[in-house]
Amino acid sequence: MSNKELNIFKLLSQKPWEPAQAALDNEHDGKTFGLSKAKLGVRTVMVVSTVIFSLFVVSYSDRMLVHDWKSLSEPWLLWINTIILIFASFIFNKAKVYSDQNNFNKSKNALLLVGFLTFSFITGQLLVWQHFVSIGQYASTNPANAFFYLFTALHGLHLLGGLFFWGKATTKLLTNNFNVSKTKQAIELCAIYWHFLLIVWLILFGLMIAT
Amino acid sequence: MFVAIIFALVIVGSIIFHFWSPWWWTPVASNWGNIDDNIILSFWVTGTVFVVVCLFMAYCVWRYRYRPDRKAEYKPEDKKLEFRLTLITALGVAALLAPGLVTWNQYISVPKDAMKIEVLAYQWGWNFRLPGNDGALGTTSVSLISDENPYGLNPEDPNSKDDILVMDADLHLKINQTVKIELRSLDVLHNFYIPQFRAKMDMIPGIISYYWFIPEKKGDFEILCAEYCGLGHYVMRGRVLVDDEKDYSNWLARQITYEKMLAQKSVEKKLLIAENKN
Amino acid sequence: MSDEYKDNKIEAKSADSSSGGYAPPVEHIPAKEAPEQELYHAKSFWTKWVFSQDAKVIGVQYALTATAIGLVGLVLSWGMRLQLGFPETFSFLGPATYYQSVTMHGMIMVIYLLTALFLGGFGNYLIPLMVGARDMVFPYVNMVSYWVFLAAVLVLIASFFVPGGPTGAGWTLYPPQAILPGTPGSEYGIVLMLVSLSMFVIGFTMGGLNYVITVLQARTRGMTMMRMPLTVWGIFTATILALLAFPALFVACIMMTLDSILGTSFFMPDIFTMGEKLKTGGGSPILFQHLFWFFGHPEVYIVALPAFGIVSDLISVHARKNIFGYRMMVWAIVIIGALSFVVWAHHMYVSGMNPYFGFFFATTTLIIAVPTAIKVYNWVLTLWRGNIHLTIPMLFALGFIVTFVNGGITGLFLGNVIIDIPLSDTYFVVAHFHMVMGIAPLMVVFGAIYHWYPLITGRHLNQTLGKIHFWVTFLGAYAIYFPMHYLGFIGVPRRYFEMYDSPYMTSAIGLNQFITIAALIVGFTQILFLYNIFSSVFKGEKSERNPWKANSLEWHTSDYPPTHGNFGKELPVVYRWPYDFSVPGSDKEYIPQDVPPSQVSTAKAEIT
Ligand code: HEM
Ligand SMILES: [Cu+2]
Ligand SMILES: [Cu+2]
Repeated sequence: MSNKELNIFKLLSQKPWEPAQAALDNEHDGKTFGLSKAKLGVRTVMVVSTVIFSLFVVSYSDRMLVHDWKSLSEPWLLWINTIILIFASFIFNKAKVYSDQNNFNKSKNALLLVGFLTFSFITGQLLVWQHFVSIGQYASTNPANAFFYLFTALHGLHLLGGLFFWGKATTKLLTNNFNVSKTKQAIELCAIYWHFLLIVWLILFGLMIAT
Repeated sequence: MFVAIIFALVIVGSIIFHFWSPWWWTPVASNWGNIDDNIILSFWVTGTVFVVVCLFMAYCVWRYRYRPDRKAEYKPEDKKLEFRLTLITALGVAALLAPGLVTWNQYISVPKDAMKIEVLAYQWGWNFRLPGNDGALGTTSVSLISDENPYGLNPEDPNSKDDILVMDADLHLKINQTVKIELRSLDVLHNFYIPQFRAKMDMIPGIISYYWFIPEKKGDFEILCAEYCGLGHYVMRGRVLVDDEKDYSNWLARQITYEKMLAQKSVEKKLLIAENKN
Repeated sequence: MSDEYKDNKIEAKSADSSSGGYAPPVEHIPAKEAPEQELYHAKSFWTKWVFSQDAKVIGVQYALTATAIGLVGLVLSWGMRLQLGFPETFSFLGPATYYQSVTMHGMIMVIYLLTALFLGGFGNYLIPLMVGARDMVFPYVNMVSYWVFLAAVLVLIASFFVPGGPTGAGWTLYPPQAILPGTPGSEYGIVLMLVSLSMFVIGFTMGGLNYVITVLQARTRGMTMMRMPLTVWGIFTATILALLAFPALFVACIMMTLDSILGTSFFMPDIFTMGEKLKTGGGSPILFQHLFWFFGHPEVYIVALPAFGIVSDLISVHARKNIFGYRMMVWAIVIIGALSFVVWAHHMYVSGMNPYFGFFFATTTLIIAVPTAIKVYNWVLTLWRGNIHLTIPMLFALGFIVTFVNGGITGLFLGNVIIDIPLSDTYFVVAHFHMVMGIAPLMVVFGAIYHWYPLITGRHLNQTLGKIHFWVTFLGAYAIYFPMHYLGFIGVPRRYFEMYDSPYMTSAIGLNQFITIAALIVGFTQILFLYNIFSSVFKGEKSERNPWKANSLEWHTSDYPPTHGNFGKELPVVYRWPYDFSVPGSDKEYIPQDVPPSQVSTAKAEIT
């Protein structure tokens, strides 16, 4: 069958009107990548999110240079949240491994733990917000604060979006009413997304503590 | 037939319009005549391309109009032709770009002997500041602005004492005197634009932008704000008057320095207080 | 549901029986691996026509919504033109209303009309049909995309009714002015605009996901990328640009919203206004401009690339000739798309950014002119030795070439940094972008509507009205914008409510009146066009199947007009590119993409 490795230059130099090329083309099954559409969808979403976060990081680095910038004092709670998120990602990987082994019972438990950890993370972030508000550090106090609120909010919203799909998969496992290959895929994709958001968070957090 | 002719007429009409048009740029009054030369170059090169491509199109429409017995040619590509066209276009574009970049380089390299003038824009008007005898402008900050200090000049800065404040929308320039204008805005974006000088640049609060020119013609020119700045954008006008040596010094003699203004203000204040006491 | 591919032994529908004389080379269809796609089947009126998951219905919904809001944009332009042409006679517009009109007009036309129409409208309708898919890959997400877009439009409309009215910050929304008093709508209007834009971006991303993945993964058998019609290439590339560029708008909108609501200073510098220094400070207005134009320039191509693609197909079909230099056309689309991310600051030559950027951005900008010029040559060379039917779509395509070339060459002026200095922010710019991204893409939109209307409704648009529509729109729009360049040469700045007291401007009063009259005539002609569209649904002349004798798959569906699922029981199998017109040695004038070589008397095209 057609080779799924995409070589853009080769592709673009095809002459579709030539009989030799036509003979090859007639064999083509119409897919560019050997990937499922869901996987490609998640990847596309991650690319778009990456652009968004990168632009924020660029803006941050630009704004940081102005004299009125006051570094933020990160409370220790943020470190705990970070560890929780790392854990969540780690457990998600477990869940994926279990589901690959068709051990859906264990996978289910792992997923539930992931949910718990992720909600704890989000609650933890909200507590940090509350902490900042209580000591009078509002978004308008300093651009560093503003970026902090912005980053955490946006990252949190991404997580909530992920939790929606996590919820769908977990409910299916809980009610024991699922299509094996689809659920496997859903778990795998969610796991990838969680790892992605972990990396995003580590970069944002790193940026904020480094400056 | 009819269609091809109309398309051809549109092109011919455009050419006629160009030659007939009474609307063209104002005579240049600064050293930036070479910007006009660049425009002229682009105009003729690209104008020719426009006319040729469109007339060729009209010709094809006429020559290859539908006939039941005609069979169109089958030609997926013609590498040689495409390569040649690419090459010619690239050369043409380079020919437009190269002189443009040379002129741009001049535009952003300010001559050493340029006299600095600050243009201060606000919603919606213009003020100016000239350096005094020291030839340097004092530093400023918006947080220093007050009734006594409308420009926000730094009183600690020795350069600011003799700065000449022109709190008026008319600026006078000496003919053939190279000026570097430093552009400053108090509130929002503005743009200092005098069509006859061909030059322009945005003014951004918090940043000092600049450009330079030499006024080469005596006269009275209108300043237009060329960056949208709110409701009063279209009334944000001012005047630049290019004078000869004598008129210029007369005008200059009537302006006051920062120091003098401070003195005046404090006298006024004392008078006011005295009045209030009485 | 699972699809069986049509076996080539089965008689193809358009084949005539005399063509069997030629013995085909061995053709075998590889076995199918997986069921192609599950198709959602609507059960009620609501899920069929309102909350529809059928890309064709969604496409029409997008197009109708975009047109409706586009009409608002058009009406706003009349108010502005009356003010500019006859400031004394028509004094119902104050400066505040004028600036609100300018802003809403610009934003509506660029984002809510053209982007939504090309990607949401034509993209949804044509992509699945042209690549041989039953629907988009994520129909549910696709439906949500439309509803988010509709909500964005409603928020935009709502901004007309809040205290202070819609924002009057110019469509570029530059801070700090956009959120300071002194600009109309600086409190509520601007916030609603930013919210609406953010929603648009989210909705678009959902749709864009569909367009890209459908093109990549859901093509039918035999449909390689290089066998796709250029329309699909254009929309596909534009969608990728949009997915990468809209985030910049989104980021800018969010930060400005916070600046406006929470008093942060992302973009707010130290400002002294209304007799006091604002609390905010330190932010960078230029950063906003970079973000805005990092989106804004690709946006120009998001509108232009689909137009390029569609017009290529229109020209090819109606000139009965293969598009000249197909590969070069694809390359040009891809190269233009890639380069469009490194030219954004040509909109900022006079913004006060580091002047040395000028060298870089002028160079990249003028480089883009080369692939663009090649596209133009290839369109014209497609006409050369064609057999040109002067149908209405063809007329619009020709109108596109003239206006696009005209607008393109003035782009060379503005891209060349030193020439931009005197011309930026004058009417030369207004004339340039209206020509190149207003009128030229609209010509394509119109041509495309005349071309595909029979496919959508099974009826033709009225030809006489169509001819009137074309000539008035083309000649009228040209008459508006060609002379307008000369106002720019004089030095008339854009976004001026009036300026007749300036000595050298008084000479242009007559010209401005002429432009206004032309604009009104052109505007009213669009109403004629809308009438044509709505009345032809019922009264139009019935169209036979594939009236233009085109090759691409959308004309070769099992039902005509295509119904839910597009292709009946079997998906078509593709055997050729879509440009087999007038193939030498063949007994057919055109060979649709799904006709196997066995049904053509000569499969071998002679290529010289
Ligand atoms: C015949 C129809 C049209 C007319 C008569 C018209 C007229 C105008 C006028 C009078 C202005 C204001 C110029 C100024 O004061 O600086 C304007 C601005 C603008 N128009 Fe149009 N226009 C039309 C169609 C379009 C289309 C189709 C587009 C789509 C690209 C478009 C995009 C814009 C943009 C982006 C602006 C700039 C807004 C701003 O300065 O913030 N226009 N138009
Ligand atoms: Cu202004
Ligand atoms: Cu651009």
